[in-house]
Amino acid sequence: MKKILNGLVVLGVLMTGCAGVAFAAEEAGHNPAEPTHFPIHKPEEMDWSFAGPFGTYDKAQLQRGFKVYKEVCSACHSMNLVTFRTLEGAGYNDAQIKTLAAEYQVQDGPNADGEMFDRPAVANDHFPSPFPNSAAAAAANNGAAPPDFSLIAKARGVERGFPTFVFDIFTQYAENGPDYIHALLTGYDEQPPEGMEIAEGTHYNPYFIGGKSLAMAKPLSDGQVTYEDGSPETVDQYSRDVSAFLMMVAEPHLVDRKQTGFGVMIFLILFSGLVYLTKRKVWANAH
Amino acid sequence: MSAGHSTYQPKTGIERWIDARMPLPRMMHDSFVSYPVPRNLNYAYTFGGILSIMLVVQILTGVVLAMHYTPHVTLAFQSVEHIMRDVNSGWLLRYMHANGASFFFIAVYVHIMRGLYYGSYKAPRELLWILGCIIYLLMMATGFMGYVLPWGQMSFWGATVITGFFTAIPLVGEWIQQLLLGGFAVDNPTLNRFFSLHYLLPFMIAGVVVLHVWALHVTGQTNPTGIEVKSKTDTLPFTPYATIKDAFGMVVFLLVFAYFIFYIPNFLGHPDNYTMADSLKTPAHIVPEWYFLPFYAILRAITFNIGPIDSKLGGVLAMFGAIAVLFVVPWLDTSKVRSAVYRPWYKLFFWLFVVNAILLGWLGSRPAEGVYVIMSQLATIYYFGFFLIIMPLLGLIETPRRMPNSITEAVLEKNKGGSGLPAGATAAPETKG
Repeated sequence: MKKILNGLVVLGVLMTGCAGVAFAAEEAGHNPAEPTHFPIHKPEEMDWSFAGPFGTYDKAQLQRGFKVYKEVCSACHSMNLVTFRTLEGAGYNDAQIKTLAAEYQVQDGPNADGEMFDRPAVANDHFPSPFPNSAAAAAANNGAAPPDFSLIAKARGVERGFPTFVFDIFTQYAENGPDYIHALLTGYDEQPPEGMEIAEGTHYNPYFIGGKSLAMAKPLSDGQVTYEDGSPETVDQYSRDVSAFLMMVAEPHLVDRKQTGFGVMIFLILFSGLVYLTKRKVWANAH
Repeated sequence: MSAGHSTYQPKTGIERWIDARMPLPRMMHDSFVSYPVPRNLNYAYTFGGILSIMLVVQILTGVVLAMHYTPHVTLAFQSVEHIMRDVNSGWLLRYMHANGASFFFIAVYVHIMRGLYYGSYKAPRELLWILGCIIYLLMMATGFMGYVLPWGQMSFWGATVITGFFTAIPLVGEWIQQLLLGGFAVDNPTLNRFFSLHYLLPFMIAGVVVLHVWALHVTGQTNPTGIEVKSKTDTLPFTPYATIKDAFGMVVFLLVFAYFIFYIPNFLGHPDNYTMADSLKTPAHIVPEWYFLPFYAILRAITFNIGPIDSKLGGVLAMFGAIAVLFVVPWLDTSKVRSAVYRPWYKLFFWLFVVNAILLGWLGSRPAEGVYVIMSQLATIYYFGFFLIIMPLLGLIETPRRMPNSITEAVLEKNKGGSGLPAGATAAPETKG
């Protein structure tokens, strides 16, 4: 054990040294107007109700987030893999989900006459897409189809780098996705540095992971969505709420997972203690 | 088995009847109950048992996942999400299987390092070691193909890059690549054959594991002193001693495994794999799973041509060479002493090798540019230098420490010299090398 620890210490020192050299080398050629690594700024870590071993979704927040999605995002972003039933996770009951789903029309068929027809959606239907297909989505959006939102909170994450990623194991940091989405949505107000060229039709955002600017314009502004529960109607609050909502649709079983995990961990800890005591007893007469 | 005689006593009539016809109970008894193991095995020796548990976990979760999965390019991604969202406990099965692959590799790396540290590969255990290398190779193929199945961006682009390696081979390279892909690019035929092979290979692994355990039970286990078993006092029966110790190692390993499954299930994955594969959108950095990163770093370290060998072929040769060199380790090590415990210099170089391997892993995750390239090259030199220069030379020039005459002597020495605990409290006479 001592040897392993020694090894790890040596490793830590070496890796930190190497990382230092590498970062120094990177910094040397750094020009703020010509960044080579994205995002330009790392996202800020927010407090999420669903973080940590006992994390749960804040249902009021998810319902606000759903409102933001419905009224703003859903104009362009689909949620193909998500059924209306998934909204149970945001605290809606069966009747509410039925009503919510019925607001949407989905295509069904063919019927007995061979015709496709539209009908109101039911709980088991997936959220219909704003565009008939991805080519149409791209055509309507300057050539870049807006990404689907079903898994976006797990499909985005800024690399943490050494040594942070090692600490993340112990802090259980797994909120890269929501942190990124929040940072991106609140990151539009910064001005690009002197001399930076921004391609036409794109919008500077130093939190964007794929470059210095993106096709989507600032989507949210203060007061745009009305909240009925008195929460602040600010871009920051909207961003938090919609990020939390997107995390729920990406990982609907998160709470179940963490709660099951707690039981499993308790069992394994007790069991390992018992096995260890048995092992000592067995080995006591072997010398 | 190695003792050459069986201590199995059939007790009931049915047992005697079976024993006279197909003595499977006798074989199990001799292999896992009365089988003598060195009394000084430490917890590094529990990883063999841990690996067999992981193989079982992977096969069981995998068989159920396959019931819900659809191997078709238009449906694979959705079917995995169907498992995550709609299948009862599907999220648990999938996270167990995905993290299980990683933990399988963690265990196999500890197992291999234990072998390298205690010289487990030395005569008469060369075949045992080579069978282990074959299992490792099969694991890599299985892991790689399994990663393609969810049909995410990294699945697709990882498969494109890795199968592209084969085109570097002169004459037959393109043909091999097309055979692997079932076409000219990663597409539905690729997904189908990978699914088929991903289901097949674990059973081949299980077969080779049987041979591996067989070979082990012929030669008997090594132990931290590297001294062969000489007398009965050197050993203990497998059950209960090794069984309970292995059980404790397994439970602790499962504890860490469970922590990842339930709290950070996506820590070892890549976010891009939650985006469906798109042959028109190349990710900014294509990285393989973490357990391939050291080899990926070695591949990319060769940035120069060597005579007629261009850098691409050179990289591929270096990468395959890094695995191939493991097969000949038994003949590269010239030392008369088996265990690093008595080899002060080897011990130092061994730990440097471990650090270097982890460093290579980290470098494999970095973009291949600037200072990372030079660091990868230096680390690659040490990787090969350790096997091809240090191992053969060190065995000839190193002066080993004084060794005890037997395992029993080593255990007694430890018990009286070591911790000052009463003899009964040294529940682990093994202690760490």
